[in-house]
Formats: sequence, C-alpha cells, structure tokens
Amino acid sequence: MPTTPTFARNQWYVAAYSRELGRELFPRTILGEPIVFYRTENGDAVALADRCVHRRYPLSESRLEGDTIVCGYHGFTYDRAGSCVFVPGQSRIPRTARVASYPLVEQDSFVWVWIGDRDRADPGLIPRAPWLADPAYTTVSGMEPLRARYELLVDNLMDLSHETYLHGGYIGTPEVANTPITTEVDEENEVIYVSRHMADAECPSFYAKSTGIEGRITRWQDIEYHPPCLYLLHSRIAPVGVLPNDDGTDPDAFHVEVVYAITPETEHSTHDFWAVARDFALDDQEVSDFLAESNRTVVLQDVRALDVLEQVIQSEPDGYQELSVNIDTGGLAARRFLRRMVERAEPKAVARS
Amino acid sequence: MTPRTAMLHGDTVFRIHWVLNTDRLLGVCHCGAEHEAEDPVELWDWLLAHPEGHEPRAESATPPPVRRLAGV
Repeated sequence: MPTTPTFARNQWYVAAYSRELGRELFPRTILGEPIVFYRTENGDAVALADRCVHRRYPLSESRLEGDTIVCGYHGFTYDRAGSCVFVPGQSRIPRTARVASYPLVEQDSFVWVWIGDRDRADPGLIPRAPWLADPAYTTVSGMEPLRARYELLVDNLMDLSHETYLHGGYIGTPEVANTPITTEVDEENEVIYVSRHMADAECPSFYAKSTGIEGRITRWQDIEYHPPCLYLLHSRIAPVGVLPNDDGTDPDAFHVEVVYAITPETEHSTHDFWAVARDFALDDQEVSDFLAESNRTVVLQDVRALDVLEQVIQSEPDGYQELSVNIDTGGLAARRFLRRMVERAEPKAVARS
Repeated sequence: MTPRTAMLHGDTVFRIHWVLNTDRLLGVCHCGAEHEAEDPVELWDWLLAHPEGHEPRAESATPPPVRRLAGV
C-alpha cells in the first residue's frame, strides 16, 4: 500500500541562495528528488536531475565542460536542458537519453525550483520577500540542516510563544507569551497571518543592542505564512506609543524582516533557510554580526529541539494523541493548508492510502 | 474595547481573536457570524462548517486597514 506523501508537489520551493550557485556542480535534494545545480558560462542557473540515465551515477560527481555536464562514470554528456548530446562508443543517441530539468527562478536572493508537473510551473505564484535584495535593507542569512520533518518547523514558527521558553534571553520576553493574538486565514489566497501587537513591552536584548532604543517599546510581530515554503515575520519596534502614519509610512519605527524558507529535503529532513533584513544601521558590521549570531543561535536552538522531537515521533506509533491549545490556532490552520496542498497534488495516492 | 486586529482583507478571510484577559477564542467568519470557544480545534470546525450554523451579524464587521501583503 503506498503511503500518503507528506509534502506537496506542484509547488515552488527555495533550493538555495543565488550566491551558492556557480561553476561548480552543486547537489541538493528537494522533496526527495536529487538535483544538481550549476551556472552556465553566461551565468544562467540550471537545475537537472542528479542521476545519469545510464547507470544512475550522480551528475554532481561529474564535471562541467562549457555548459554541459560530462558524467564522471562513462561520459554521457547532457546539455543545460537535460538532453543527452553524447553517448560513449556510438553515434546514435537513444530517444530516452535525457534527464529531467527543473523550472527555476532566481528572485529575492533565492533560487526557487518547481517540484511537480513542468507545465504547471507559473513563476507568478512565487511569494515574495523583497527586502532580501533591496538596497534599503541590510540582510544576514544562512541555512541550517534540520534532521526533522518540515511540518515540525512549520509548527514551531507558527507559534512564537515558544520564544519565551526555548529562546529566553535572546528574543523571548514575558510579554510574548502573554499578548493576545489574532490569526487570520485567507482561504482563497492560502495565506495565514498571525498578529501579535504588544503596546508596551520590554525591549529584548536582541533589539536593544541593534537599534539603540532605551526603555520600553511598542512591538509588533506579524507572521505572514505562504504555505508551503515561505514564512515571513514582520517585526516592528518603536518607542511606546509610536504608530505608523495613516498613509502607511512608518519612519519612526525600526523594521526587521525575518524570512524563513522551509524546504523539505526528505520525509524526515528539512533545509531551514533563514534571513534577517533590517532598515537601520545599514552599514554597521557589528550590528550585522550581532543579528547573524543571535538569529543563528535561535535557529540552532530550534534545530536541536526539533531533531529530538523527530526521533521521539518516529519511535511512536502513528496516531499519537496531541493537545492543541490557544497558541496553536495558527499552526492548525497551517496544517490544514499543507494537507490540502498535498491532496491537490496527489489525489490518487491519498485516496488509496 | 480594544479594536480587533484585521490585517488581511479579501472575501474569504476567517479570523480568530484571542480574547484579552481570558482563555477564550472568538472566531469571526467572512460572513460576519461569530462564535466563542476555548478549543481552537472546535473553533476551526465551526468556522470551516460555513454556512452551517452561521448567523450573520451585520454590525460585527471591522473594516480592515489598508495594508498590502508583502509576500504576494
């Protein structure tokens, strides 16, 4: 009996930062599909299935010759579209000698790939994180491998009340767990928005150090999740009582845009991309270093906890009992959208399981 | 009363507010119907059952502020 897939095909996923791709062959597995990435001589990014059709040798263990990959085992040669252009020992190239190529878009400093039916890949569907490539912001970023299923990271990020406990002293303060939350779900556009607006809060050291604000703050944390892959946390910090102008401008506040791209590697592992963009202290390397180190520490605290949780869940029988409380309202909405996306992409597999 | 937060707009937005100083959640359907519960699972079930059990309340709608979604 086939098992129900846990991640949704026919979606765009972040595969890498643009800076990771160059003239070296770069392997990365996305949704269980091994992919090799490289740039052509004129700089275009390419994504091909990372297995030679001949004997399944990884193309990432091969070499580039111009814009083609020459398989490191027997020399089968593929062009940027995945078509075989040379077969050793014969002039005829079999009709089926090609590897899959993946639709790819570079946007907002990310390399997005479409996993699913090629003819359904619409770049207009890719959600945006414009700050990451905006000169008005300074960004620090990284990626941590997570040995846990991606759903655990979604759960984790959808409920920021865990900040107080798992990340106390970094980004958590007592008010975070004690402020009312509004969760909004746009059924048509499949967006989840969780707002936590603290009118009068302690300024965590994470922000006191980087903004120079002294005293208490108005702190907004607005999660905007575009399932399955892109998670945005709009963080607004201002002295108490300072609100945005009616026209939407907000010159007296500090903005930090935290971006996560949650990309399943396998059923039990995840690429945890994280970036922090800010619109203040743009050239201050000390602030960059501090934000990078702090956020990486926070991410690693999550990774450690979720790796443990994955082991626990794998060792338990299916259908374990959970308890959901108020703080899980957004997480429950995320799970529902993810389930719906999986079913939409794999109706037969779901029906059979 | 604290104004209700509404950051998304659209014709099919469900909202759940954590009611200040209580353990209760207030669900507001896109049709205007409201329902309170302590359990988020129960509240989602009620919202997603729309229109079953939903009695629209004309006066409940808060006009959302203009805010463009960053990620679209």
